[in-house]
Amino acid sequence: MIRLPLVLFFSAALFSIGVYGVLARRNAVLVLMSIELMLNAVNVNLIGFSQLWRDLTGQVFALFVIAVAAAEVGIGLAIVMLIYRNRETINVDEVSLLKW
Amino acid sequence: MIALVLAHEEAAEAAGSAGLTRYAWLIALLPILSAALTLFFGKRTPGRGWIYGVVTVGAGFVLSLGVLWHFVTGGGPYASSVEWFQIGPLEMTLGQYVDGLTAVMLVVVTAVSLCVHIYSIGYMHGDSRFAWFYVVLSLFTAAMLNVVIADNLFQLLVGWEVMGICSYLLIGHWWEEHVNSSSAIKAFITTRIGDVPFMFGIFVLIAATGFTTSNIQEIGHLVGDGEVARGVVSIAALLLFGGAIGKSAQFPLHVWLPDAMAGPTPVSALIHAATMVAAGVYMVGRTYEVFINADPWVLQFVGVIGVITAVGAGLLGLVQDDIKRVLAYSTVSQLGYMITLMAAGPAGRNAAFFHLFAHAFFKALLFLGSGSVIHACHTNNMSEMGGLRKPMPVTFWTFLIGSFALAGIPPLAGFFSKDELLVALEHDHQIALFALLLFTAAVTAFYTTRMVLQTFFGTYRGHGHPHESPLSMTGPLVFLAAATVSVGFLGFAATGAPFFDWVFLEEPEAITFVPWIAALSVAAAGLGLLWGWVVYRDWQAEDPLVALGPGYRLLARKYYLDDIYWKGIIRPIRDNVAAFVNWTNQVVIDGIVNGVARLTRRLSDGIMAFDEEVIDGAVNGLGQTAGFTGGLLRYLQSGNVQRYAAFLFAGVVILAVIFTRI
Repeated sequence: MIRLPLVLFFSAALFSIGVYGVLARRNAVLVLMSIELMLNAVNVNLIGFSQLWRDLTGQVFALFVIAVAAAEVGIGLAIVMLIYRNRETINVDEVSLLKW
Repeated sequence: MIALVLAHEEAAEAAGSAGLTRYAWLIALLPILSAALTLFFGKRTPGRGWIYGVVTVGAGFVLSLGVLWHFVTGGGPYASSVEWFQIGPLEMTLGQYVDGLTAVMLVVVTAVSLCVHIYSIGYMHGDSRFAWFYVVLSLFTAAMLNVVIADNLFQLLVGWEVMGICSYLLIGHWWEEHVNSSSAIKAFITTRIGDVPFMFGIFVLIAATGFTTSNIQEIGHLVGDGEVARGVVSIAALLLFGGAIGKSAQFPLHVWLPDAMAGPTPVSALIHAATMVAAGVYMVGRTYEVFINADPWVLQFVGVIGVITAVGAGLLGLVQDDIKRVLAYSTVSQLGYMITLMAAGPAGRNAAFFHLFAHAFFKALLFLGSGSVIHACHTNNMSEMGGLRKPMPVTFWTFLIGSFALAGIPPLAGFFSKDELLVALEHDHQIALFALLLFTAAVTAFYTTRMVLQTFFGTYRGHGHPHESPLSMTGPLVFLAAATVSVGFLGFAATGAPFFDWVFLEEPEAITFVPWIAALSVAAAGLGLLWGWVVYRDWQAEDPLVALGPGYRLLARKYYLDDIYWKGIIRPIRDNVAAFVNWTNQVVIDGIVNGVARLTRRLSDGIMAFDEEVIDGAVNGLGQTAGFTGGLLRYLQSGNVQRYAAFLFAGVVILAVIFTRI
């Protein structure tokens, strides 16, 4: 039995790493991976609270999040692939056509 | 229509055997049908639509002969009508009154109209408004027939006015030339001056019956029985005669008829010689009870007007160069004869009708003959004709027959009818009128000789090679010439004068042949002919009559009547009216228009300022504000996904802080 504060600290750390990755990395694949980190931080939270309340709802929800994340990564990677094919780069700083 | 026929059937049963007279109204209706058919289908019909007019008027002619047969065999008058509308006690009807006079007139009108319809096929060939010409021709025929069979004054007036408008349209048929359209206007306005008193005369007569009827026969009986005051009758007679002065071209309103020669020649033959101008005479004869029951001075006035016209117009015929104008003045003169005869009592009336009957044939013949000449020479001026008897034999011989008839040479129609006129005048002891008309007969023979000599004898003075006209034109000429030769005997005492058994006012009169009057008449005509032959035998360049000096100038200027009308009536009225209209136009109308315009302009200026400053300002201001804000905000849209994410997180953090505070 892992104590809740430990779980929350872990989750917060994971989320923060994810935020950093999303905001700071230039490689689109790494940005996607960072998003996965943030999602999993949420999952950790859900499972932690599920265990605390002895309620399976949180775990079920975590499973849904995993499924959605898988789909999201699938679409995200496909987009990255297409960007690469068209522009020979996956640097997100250079993909800034949609502006003034 | 069915009701009309039924009404006719009932009336016919009551009247016993009425023969074809029951269907006399069909004669007047057929040309209307023709006018409608020609109007709608004329241009699409092969030959461009003359077929409708020729067939319907031909059918009308046959029917008219049938109607006349009823009277030849001793039938009585026949009347029938249907109600048209009712105003208070006054019942207006559409009806027919057919007696011998009506039958004779029906025959004359349909015969001449048929000739003109056929003749126009050749004469109007290639005209740009050919179908329209036939429309108006048929409509005119219908209107004249309506005047002839009308049993009441109102219906007569309708036909009378339709004839006026048709005459106007036909005189101005070639309106591209200004002189033609102004002649049409002159004819229309001049006859209208007579139409106004005519209309008032009808009103007076209807009022005199106590607004109960406009039927000519009933009015005649009322007037004859002395139910109407003599003064009223006199006024009514004078007013009615005003209509005849206009329509039948009597002095002083005769001026339109010579100018009406601007129209196509078949029109002159039909309208301005044989029928429409006869309508005035016919109307006077039809309403004759009103005239004989008026004060005696009314009929004397009629006679004076008639004789002035007969003599005056006859003299004018002496100096014309235009062949149609010679015939026009001769027509005016002959109409003057008829009107003069109206002053000589019932016998004179009947003689006038006989002259009308005979005159219609030979004058139509002369006009159509002159049309044939004009068709060949392309000019109206006799000074550019001459020697035409060789190239145009049919025209020459028929024209010669017509001319002799006009001059009054026996045994042609004109001789018998003029003879009857003189007998009636002598019988009525109108010796002055008798002498004047005898003198006019000599003048008529004189100018007729002049016309024939100048047109058909001597050498040809025009250009090109005149040739005989086509059969469609010579055919009617031959027919009319035959009629001219034969119809005179209808009024000859030796043949029983059947004409006077058909046309009479109270009872058929016995016609006597007075040898000394006939001899006098022939002597006058022969003198005119001989004198004309002597004067014009060697005529080449200048008219010998010029030697008359002032007299010639007086005639050449048409007694200065046109000048008097122009300077004394038309110019003062027209100039003053024009000046007033001009003033109204310049000052009043223009003032109003300009004022309104100025006001509108000032108002518009205000509205424009408001529009530009306020509305445009608001709209542009909104646009500029939106553009300015957008310009500032657009820098946030960097296109960099990570920057957006950073804003997102910053927002979440701010929200988190805010909500945690709470």
